[in-house]
Amino acid sequence: MVVNVKDSMITTSVEATLSTRDDRRQGKLRLQKWYTASSQKEKKKITRDLITTVLARKPKMCSFLEYKDMKVVYKRYASLYFCVGVEKDDNELLTLEIIHRYVELLDKYFGSVCELDIIFNFEKAYFMLDELILGGEIQETSKKNVLKAISAQDLLQEESELRSALEEMGLA
Amino acid sequence: MPAPGKLRDLIRTIRAARTAADERSVISKECASIRDSFREEDNDFRCRNVAKLLYIHMLGYPAHFGQLECLKLIASPKFTDKRIGYLGAMLLLDERQDVHLLVTNSLKNDLSHTNQFVVGLALCSLGNICSQEMSRDLAGEVEKLLKSTNSYLRKKAALCAVRIVRKVPELMEVFVPTTRSLLTERNHGVLVCGVSLVTEMCRVNPETLSHFRRHVPTLVKTLKNLVMSGYSPEHDVSGISDPFIQVKVLRLLRMLGKDEESVSEQMNDVLAQVATNTETSKNVGNAILYETVLTIMDTKSESGLRVLAINILGRFLLNNDKNIRYVALNTLLKTVHADYNAVQRHRTTILDCLKDPDISIRRRAMELSFALINASNIRGMMKELLTFLVKTDVEFKSYVTSNIFLAAEKHSPNKRWHIDTMMKVLTTAGNFVRDDTVPSLIHLVSTSSELQGYAVQRLFKAMQNDISQQPLVQVGSWCCGEYGDQLFVESEEDEALNLTENDVLDVLESILYSTHSTPTTKEYALTAVMKLSTRFTVTMERIKNIINQFEVNMDVELQQRGVEFGSLFKNHDSMRSALLEKMPVMESKLAPEPVTNGEVSTQPTPPTQPVIETKEVVVEQKPPKQASETLLDLLGGGSQPEPTLAPVQPPAPAASSGGDLLDLLGGLDLGSTNAGPPPMNMMAPSPAVPNLLDGGGLLNPAGGGMQAPLQMNHEQIAPQNQNQDFSSGFPSMTAFENNGLKVTFAFDKAPGNHVVSIMVTATNSLAIPMTDFVFQAAVPKTFQLQLQSPSGNIVPPNNSGTVNQEVKVANPQQQPLRMRLKLMYKVNGAPVNEQGEVNSFPPGL
Repeated sequence: MVVNVKDSMITTSVEATLSTRDDRRQGKLRLQKWYTASSQKEKKKITRDLITTVLARKPKMCSFLEYKDMKVVYKRYASLYFCVGVEKDDNELLTLEIIHRYVELLDKYFGSVCELDIIFNFEKAYFMLDELILGGEIQETSKKNVLKAISAQDLLQEESELRSALEEMGLA
Repeated sequence: MPAPGKLRDLIRTIRAARTAADERSVISKECASIRDSFREEDNDFRCRNVAKLLYIHMLGYPAHFGQLECLKLIASPKFTDKRIGYLGAMLLLDERQDVHLLVTNSLKNDLSHTNQFVVGLALCSLGNICSQEMSRDLAGEVEKLLKSTNSYLRKKAALCAVRIVRKVPELMEVFVPTTRSLLTERNHGVLVCGVSLVTEMCRVNPETLSHFRRHVPTLVKTLKNLVMSGYSPEHDVSGISDPFIQVKVLRLLRMLGKDEESVSEQMNDVLAQVATNTETSKNVGNAILYETVLTIMDTKSESGLRVLAINILGRFLLNNDKNIRYVALNTLLKTVHADYNAVQRHRTTILDCLKDPDISIRRRAMELSFALINASNIRGMMKELLTFLVKTDVEFKSYVTSNIFLAAEKHSPNKRWHIDTMMKVLTTAGNFVRDDTVPSLIHLVSTSSELQGYAVQRLFKAMQNDISQQPLVQVGSWCCGEYGDQLFVESEEDEALNLTENDVLDVLESILYSTHSTPTTKEYALTAVMKLSTRFTVTMERIKNIINQFEVNMDVELQQRGVEFGSLFKNHDSMRSALLEKMPVMESKLAPEPVTNGEVSTQPTPPTQPVIETKEVVVEQKPPKQASETLLDLLGGGSQPEPTLAPVQPPAPAASSGGDLLDLLGGLDLGSTNAGPPPMNMMAPSPAVPNLLDGGGLLNPAGGGMQAPLQMNHEQIAPQNQNQDFSSGFPSMTAFENNGLKVTFAFDKAPGNHVVSIMVTATNSLAIPMTDFVFQAAVPKTFQLQLQSPSGNIVPPNNSGTVNQEVKVANPQQQPLRMRLKLMYKVNGAPVNEQGEVNSFPPGL
């Protein structure tokens, strides 16, 4: 349940981790997106480390962690933790806003989003992220524009599905 | 082959798995069928299979065999296939994969697709995973899209350019021409991406900063519009208009204004507006303020703004929100070098944060606390930090100990405090200190002979309580061995230890046999026991016994010592006491001990110029003439009524325009009654100040020599000079420093005397000597100045010698002293003239 969003500036690896807290499934990765190149093994280790540290923190603590040469900004929404790894001199408070913006977008899109929406439609959650952040930098500051782009692409997808279905039936 | 199950069903099955083994078997079965399907080149279900594989990948299972299938999906004409294909490419490939050649071709095609969303997908993938080769191949396409009229594509192209510039900095040229229009863009998406692109260019190549500085007015305008504009629903976040752009612009301004006075000036207004108009009840407002503070502190902002910024941080520090407090500490740490005193004001709050339950906050507070230690607060700070050391997390302990040692070395008020502090650290966190702590504490003790008794008693007491802290035990053992005799001396303040020799040996023996002790510690202890054989009297047999036991130790180093010590007893007993003398004081490998390490004297540091050389007295016989001549020269000719070099003085009265600038030296025409003293009689007092020289007992102790000719005055001065030492009263100062020439002043003044002697010392750091050196000085008319002749006129090179010259200044009105200097010398035969003004004399001269 880690979205690894690597935000802004060079080697920032902004990772957003989503994690559940229900016992059996606690600490599961739901999404991950990396904006810096690193080996599969490295990614796994970072993800594991972050999940353990973040889950161990108490609710009253601040939302920032120092991990290796980066800073981790995290925020909990219901059963999910969203974690983003940013560079040391990035603005942590604004990173929280970016996380919040992403959650708002998911919420609008799914209509009161819950963990199951993200599990079963993980590809849609990724599509949304790709319209908000590109290469670790924020690309659109208007919610309306992001949602517009997503629904236009969903429509395009439906049309192409429909056309291929018709073709299959020999109607097109 | 039957149609594969739906993604949704797979997810359900995996979630229903009860154990990890169940899950693994479900997944391996699924992977096998996905592979089969891939092998059969099944076009219809490739998309579904890749999607499943992505889910499996997220659970941590290998999915690399799907990479090629992603590429096939990308090449498919169907939008659904492309969408999943690009998603898969971004998740499964990264820039190190060699399949990139294949991707590059597909990307090239899609970048010129007629459908904007297909182009968008291609740009998105490029921006996320592009490698150096891809950057080179596709920079042209990206540049074309950067000029498109479609803002959906322009913003994505701009972020692709960020990635390309980051990967291949020389491709920057391709994109620079387009940046101007990006920065003036009205569409927020394009603008925010454009600002990111410019920021990245500046970061990658600082030379472009000067190019982009011309855009500062545009950026300032953008920011101003955002701050001042009314509510715009599309970009509003809790009442703030597009904070994302605001922060990006502030950050770029910070880079452009760094160390640039004029650029920073253009930003003052807008920074003040942002700082005062931003609503701070929500996190987003604080995010902007935080960025603004950083920009203010990092550029050459005006002082009012800087005060404002520090105050914002002060408010942050008291905020209830943990995140804001963290950010405040973080920023204070960054600004502590720029505004040390302002940060100092928040010391109490910062120290409180050391007790915060949150490790992130504690870490910041700890770093900041060490940055704030100075000589005046070290006692208080250290008390807090030692408490912190006891309770702190294991991962911080070594950071804390080594920083405590550094701070103590730099600022400790006295040696005793220094020893106490080091011992406290060793007793609380001894096992976390750096290796060099033991020798450095030993060095400290061995160089302070008056504290050895105190130190050994304290150390011994600490060892009686706990012998598990290795560094403490090592230092303690060493000190017991060296200064064991002082263990029984009564100390003034501590309650007496009432020790017997056997008590000491008990402790040392327990160290030798403790399982906590490392071999090194045992070596220290064994040597200590041996040393004590010459310091103790009644326990000789016991010592021999202990040594004996180590003649057969399994540790070769200990055995070696045991055998050697044993044979000293048996065969060379006569040499023993000589061999076991106290160790000579350890020579520190470090630079000479910092001055602050010793007792801080209540007096300022004594001047470096101790005694006047005797040969000066010899030449001193002829100075009046020289002094007057050079001064005439200095003041630009005798016909001027007022010395040009001393503009601070009031206009000279007509009476003194007789032209002798000796006025400056001797004319005490404060009352303008001076009718022009005889030129040579510089010391002749004017009626207005009859007691100038009188008060200056130094010059004329007899008090009767006031009317005496100058010559004689000098004879009186001379013998006194020999005994004068310039070590009391005022700190010495550097009066002039330029081109390798350095002139320092050391002062001497008897209390209650109006005359101060200034010892002028010139040194030369060049590699060649300065010849024909002449030092001249002028003072305002309310003072009197007398130059003695210099010790020479050649300043030797490489600081290998000095030229000294004594200057006497009488200050009957007790005004703050000011002086103009003229320095003339030749380097390689080329004449050099230097002038300077000295206003910063120590007060009270």
